[in-house]
Amino acid sequence: MGVGLEIRGLRARHGEREILQGVDLEVRPGEVHAIMGPNGAGKSTLGKVLAGSEEYEVTGGSATLDGQDLLALEAEERAARGLFLGFQYPVEIPGVSNAYFLRTALNAQRKARGEPELGAGAFIKMLKEKMARLDMDPTFKDRFVNVGFSGGEKKRNEILQLLMFNPRVAVLDETDSGLDIDALRVVARGVNSLRDGEHGILVITHYQRLLDYIVPDVVHVFMDGRIVRSGPKELALELEDKGYASVRPAVA
Amino acid sequence: MTTATIEEHLAKGYEHGWVVDIDADQLPPGLDEGTVRWISARKGEPEWLLEWRLKALRAWQTMEPPTWQRPTHPPIDFQAISYFSAPKTQKDGPKSLDEVDPKLLATYEKLGVPLHERAALVGIAVDAVFDSVSVATTFREELKKAGVIFLSLSEAVKEHPELVRRHLGSVVPITDNYYAALNSAVFSDGSFVYVPKGVRCPMELSTYFRINAKNTGQFERTLIVVEDGAYVSYLEGCTAPMRDESQLHAAVVELVAEGNGEIKYSTVQNWYPGDEEGRGGIYNFVTKRGICKGRGSRISWTQVETGSAITWKYPSVILKGDDSVGEFYSVAVTNNLQQADTGTKMIHLGRNTRSTIVSKGISAGRSDQAYRGLVRMGKGAAGARNFTQCDSLLLGARCGAHTFPYIEVKNPTATVEHEATTSKVSDEQVFYLRQRGLSAEDAVNLIVNGFCKEVFKQLPMEFAVEAQKLLAVSLEGSVG
Repeated sequence: MGVGLEIRGLRARHGEREILQGVDLEVRPGEVHAIMGPNGAGKSTLGKVLAGSEEYEVTGGSATLDGQDLLALEAEERAARGLFLGFQYPVEIPGVSNAYFLRTALNAQRKARGEPELGAGAFIKMLKEKMARLDMDPTFKDRFVNVGFSGGEKKRNEILQLLMFNPRVAVLDETDSGLDIDALRVVARGVNSLRDGEHGILVITHYQRLLDYIVPDVVHVFMDGRIVRSGPKELALELEDKGYASVRPAVA
Repeated sequence: MTTATIEEHLAKGYEHGWVVDIDADQLPPGLDEGTVRWISARKGEPEWLLEWRLKALRAWQTMEPPTWQRPTHPPIDFQAISYFSAPKTQKDGPKSLDEVDPKLLATYEKLGVPLHERAALVGIAVDAVFDSVSVATTFREELKKAGVIFLSLSEAVKEHPELVRRHLGSVVPITDNYYAALNSAVFSDGSFVYVPKGVRCPMELSTYFRINAKNTGQFERTLIVVEDGAYVSYLEGCTAPMRDESQLHAAVVELVAEGNGEIKYSTVQNWYPGDEEGRGGIYNFVTKRGICKGRGSRISWTQVETGSAITWKYPSVILKGDDSVGEFYSVAVTNNLQQADTGTKMIHLGRNTRSTIVSKGISAGRSDQAYRGLVRMGKGAAGARNFTQCDSLLLGARCGAHTFPYIEVKNPTATVEHEATTSKVSDEQVFYLRQRGLSAEDAVNLIVNGFCKEVFKQLPMEFAVEAQKLLAVSLEGSVG
């Protein structure tokens, strides 16, 4: 088994409904993949299943990260091994400051990997540096996690976490939704800073627009719980032009 | 010895001017005048205090146990309780830590309670007393220099009878309620603090420091008086004796603040809550009340309640002085089969008096919790203000949270604000935090700590840390 994320024949259901119906996908370090597809195709489910959400039951297939069986791990273990999910709807944690949350989580991951804890000074330095890269106001670190954040602020906060956790593979679920063009540029700048050959990135999106800023190596079309077509970045333009219906016959 | 024979013995003793067998270390169960006389004599109390106790006993004998509170428990047989059992924990208690339930020790370890304190908490006589004597001595010296009196109530009765006599029962009258009357009749010991005019107590006073806090029993009594412009912060430490049978703990705390005086009273309560099936645990029926007597005085109650099978307490403030301020910050956690009925009373009498109530209730397991609060704006409370915020957090689907706010306003210029919320720890929140690397338990702890933040920030630093750890321990097993 190779490095990066490898998904083979992954099936999962929510209650009685089978949502993932045999997903095959490989994301190698240094690659950016985009998944596009209509509403309800199961794109977000893929992200949550990979991250270990207990809402879904895996009924078949496999998923590995750097050769390790992800499906056998708890959600927090997957995080510590380097899987990051940027949430479509980041949740609010009242009373907990961003900085405290990030430091607690970062040190939990480091501890799980057998690394020493990051001291307060080193942590704050790192946090300030990443926040600056995302044009974030310094008061962000003292605000309660996502509480009272605008849609754009929440997404930017997800990217801040991405940079802080520095994962092996990041799945970004509709990180572009609700962003104006300036915010979109900032978010893309953050994501692109991870294009250094070390990180694999899987971008889930509805719109081609994001892909102007985060240019993918591969575009996948996701329909009815699996990838029905893959191609170069031009595929995204074709989808934008002709719609998903044009892809469907190719499946049959 | 039967009750009859001890009565005989006591009656005899009385005849001869109170010669009692001081070596006797425990009274047999039962409560009557003889019991009260025995306790008073054993403690060498003056006549006025004996009379005070007897008056309380007679009142108690005519009263009925209250039934209005939400928690239910089997009737308590007050004649089956021994009312003086001070050395019991040493004689009947475990001889070494090996004899103590490992689960309890594990809890202490998690809390970071030092070994000698752990031993003291489970009732082992600690021979190799660390430095407590010298610590206590330096500490007393420093207080003495400042003019602060910090003694056990028994010592205070002997050394400062006039002060104790003036204030004892002045805030919680002996007939105030059933358990206060009981406490007044049989109280074993407790703390006494007096801060003279204009003195800011140079350190935070804590029951931990007071050596004789050991063995104060289930009926302790605390009296704190600050004179004009004086200040004290008092910490009531957490102790967690574990016993199989349910046990009654009926304490009374009275606070008196004169003009511009300030009392900050913090509690971290961790009495044994009973086991997962609700066996054993403390019945914590406590009366706590303060009076802001003078203009501009201030009393602040901060409590973190995680223990006890049943908690029934309402730390209150009577805002008599104009411009006085009352505060109540509370976190109450119930898990398994614990029941809590807690809240506060803010009685506004003076002009421009202000009160703030922030109550955070966390219910887990099959526990049940109620906030019960009274805000009363008296006729004279012109311009008075109250703000109440009352939040409940539920973990799981089998616990309960209830709110009973009572508001009485007799002055049209007074303002009362009440906000209440109920929320649940959502699966989405837990998943989000786990995706960032926290275990499910750490995720819940983080959410709960965030929920309690407004209250924790009122606690002195080391207490806040202890409170956070305690919360984590209390909620163990409530996830997943």
